[in-house]
Amino acid sequence: MKSTLKLALGLASTLLASTAVSNVAQAEDLTLCWAAWDPANALVELSKDFTKETGIGMKFEFVPWTNYADRFLNELNSHGKLCDMIIGDSQWIGGAAENGHYVKLNDFFDKEKISMDDFVPATVVGYSEWPKNSPNYWALPAMGDVVGWTYRKDWFSKPELQKEFKEKYGWDLGPPTTFDQLRQIAEFFQKREIDGKTVYGASIYTERGSEGITMGAMDVLYSFGFQYENPKKPYEMEGFVNSDKSVKGLEFYKALYDCCTPPGASNSYMGEGVDAFKSGQVAMHMNFAFTWPGLQKDENVGGDKIGYFVNPKGPDGDQFAQLGGQGISVVSYSDKQEAALKYIKWFANKDVQSKWWSLGGYSCLNAVVKDPGFPASQPYAQTFLDSMAIVKDFWAEPSYAPLLQASQKRFHDYVVAGQGSAKDALDGLVKDWTEVFQDDGKM
Amino acid sequence: MLNRTADSVARATPEPLARKVRGISDKGLAWLFISPTILLLLAINIFPLFWAIYLSFTNFRANRPNEVAKNLGLANYKRILADQDIWIAMQTTAHFVFWTILLQTLIGFTLAWLIDRKFRGHAFWTTIILVPMMLSPAVVGNFWRFLYEPQIGLFAYAVSFVTGIPATEISMLSNVSLAPWSIIIVDTWMWTPYVMLICLAGLRSIPEYIYEAAEVDRASNWRQFWSITLPMALPFIMLAVLFRGIENFKMFDMVNLLTGGGPGSTTEVASITLKRQAFESWRTGYSSAFAIILFVAVFGLANIYVKALNKVKQR
Repeated sequence: MKSTLKLALGLASTLLASTAVSNVAQAEDLTLCWAAWDPANALVELSKDFTKETGIGMKFEFVPWTNYADRFLNELNSHGKLCDMIIGDSQWIGGAAENGHYVKLNDFFDKEKISMDDFVPATVVGYSEWPKNSPNYWALPAMGDVVGWTYRKDWFSKPELQKEFKEKYGWDLGPPTTFDQLRQIAEFFQKREIDGKTVYGASIYTERGSEGITMGAMDVLYSFGFQYENPKKPYEMEGFVNSDKSVKGLEFYKALYDCCTPPGASNSYMGEGVDAFKSGQVAMHMNFAFTWPGLQKDENVGGDKIGYFVNPKGPDGDQFAQLGGQGISVVSYSDKQEAALKYIKWFANKDVQSKWWSLGGYSCLNAVVKDPGFPASQPYAQTFLDSMAIVKDFWAEPSYAPLLQASQKRFHDYVVAGQGSAKDALDGLVKDWTEVFQDDGKM
Repeated sequence: MLNRTADSVARATPEPLARKVRGISDKGLAWLFISPTILLLLAINIFPLFWAIYLSFTNFRANRPNEVAKNLGLANYKRILADQDIWIAMQTTAHFVFWTILLQTLIGFTLAWLIDRKFRGHAFWTTIILVPMMLSPAVVGNFWRFLYEPQIGLFAYAVSFVTGIPATEISMLSNVSLAPWSIIIVDTWMWTPYVMLICLAGLRSIPEYIYEAAEVDRASNWRQFWSITLPMALPFIMLAVLFRGIENFKMFDMVNLLTGGGPGSTTEVASITLKRQAFESWRTGYSSAFAIILFVAVFGLANIYVKALNKVKQR
């Protein structure tokens, strides 16, 4: 009887102890929120090392890009506790900082000797700072990203096409260095028969619902001379947003859409672009660099068949590219901020960052990207580096959402629906943006 | 027997409980039963409505909950009524409502009239016709998007086969003039069976003896249709128009799935504009005012229509 009692007590205490241990582990589990895309899978893999080192479990909440902003901005605005850490879009930084959604990281960085000088400058400004160009940090640069281009190297190197192209345009068919060249190549491939299949010039961003067409059009407009505001007088947009150069840039984007995109590509963004390239529909493809590792591995279009090039130069030789990417922040409503900060400290480590790059994430740490072996580490590494050196980003103001919606509407109305002129669209944009800033009391 | 049972139940009820039950009047008991429903309605319908009315007079933004909302008076309403984009969205909505109702009523009534002939297998064909209505709008929207694809879509190939225009040039969802019609086609395909059902109920309710009397009077089929069938089915047709009108005025799912309001803003109906203002631009006060305007417009139009319907019924 005694032994039965002992056995029962032993079993009960073991059960209690295991429940308690699992509860402790549960309590320490961190939830990281991000978009559902390839780099997120790489981060899951990478984070296993963090759990091994610290015993802190990791849970992930990944949401498709189309709902990413809605879902997580709602979560932050409602002061939800779902996310302990969030990899939020670069444009959210102003709103998240001013509304108190993110923990300010300056003291933590000082304490842990994490220096922002160790990261690529554009990513620090783009992902971490608010106000911009001030030493107020709300995130650690986590995933560098930029809009660039891929092209079908195998098609470009076909001798018969090279010959025909040279005869027609007078220069060798190769990755374009100017937007004029890009358009010529796109025109050349449009509706061409290659390997028994009709192909098209280029896939560009035209999506209306979230941010697609703005990211694509801006990617071109910057190099044509577009500026968001008077550099000497903040929020003065007249003559900058709607300058003659900006008008030419937008006209170019529309011309590219009209002449050289696949049929029905009126609502195309990252996913649709990848599909168009992977299915062998297009010769060139505008997309964020995060898509490149996946395309490089693709059996049909990857390997030796794919090449990469930096966003081309505009008519005056200016060359910029639209910044993408995100920083990782600690959510101020989380009860596990200490554990979350441990993760940030671990993530900032050089070895972790090197592994992050090798798994398919884009590290922003200088020690990784300036390593002599980096450019040769992947076929797209040099293009990524060159692109990151010329980035510009959309407004990161707290009112970025209405600012973005205005540009989505104006650009889509003109580029895709062909309503009005480029000048009308940009004049309208100045009017819309002015209203937003007036509502915010900034003008 | 029933009285005897009631007596025995009353006798078996313990005195304290019986006293308590006797204390509740019939009216009280009725209130007791309906109060959960009323409370639920107040919580999920009436309170949000009054809250939205309050917000419509402020500059509140749901993405900035820490900011104090300023009272703007009627400024949001004035701004909406003077906003050209809002009027364009209203015109797009009106265009969409007009054509969908017209087509659905014409086709729905014709189908009902044919089904009412009671030909062999009419029950089977009725079921087949009803299938689109039974599908989820999300499913319908997604598969029609594939059907409309210019490179792989069956619709484009079918049109190409008939017209000779290359399929890749038939881009229903990207073309400014075709995109509104692509939505009208899908909505008509999906909801005509619903109109047909209501019309069929109307046709079946017409007493046979009226037709027999008309036959005796040697009225032609054409005359019977105009003098008996149509007038007697008219209240049912008007009811179907009312239901579809209200539904299509607030149409969101199909437009969102098929075109997202594009290309440009060519298919941006009022509900899409409202969603963009409320959940993408986060202008909560402004969008609340817009929602109230839409509510008043639908409510007002529906009331006028119901009065007309009652007049028709009284004739």
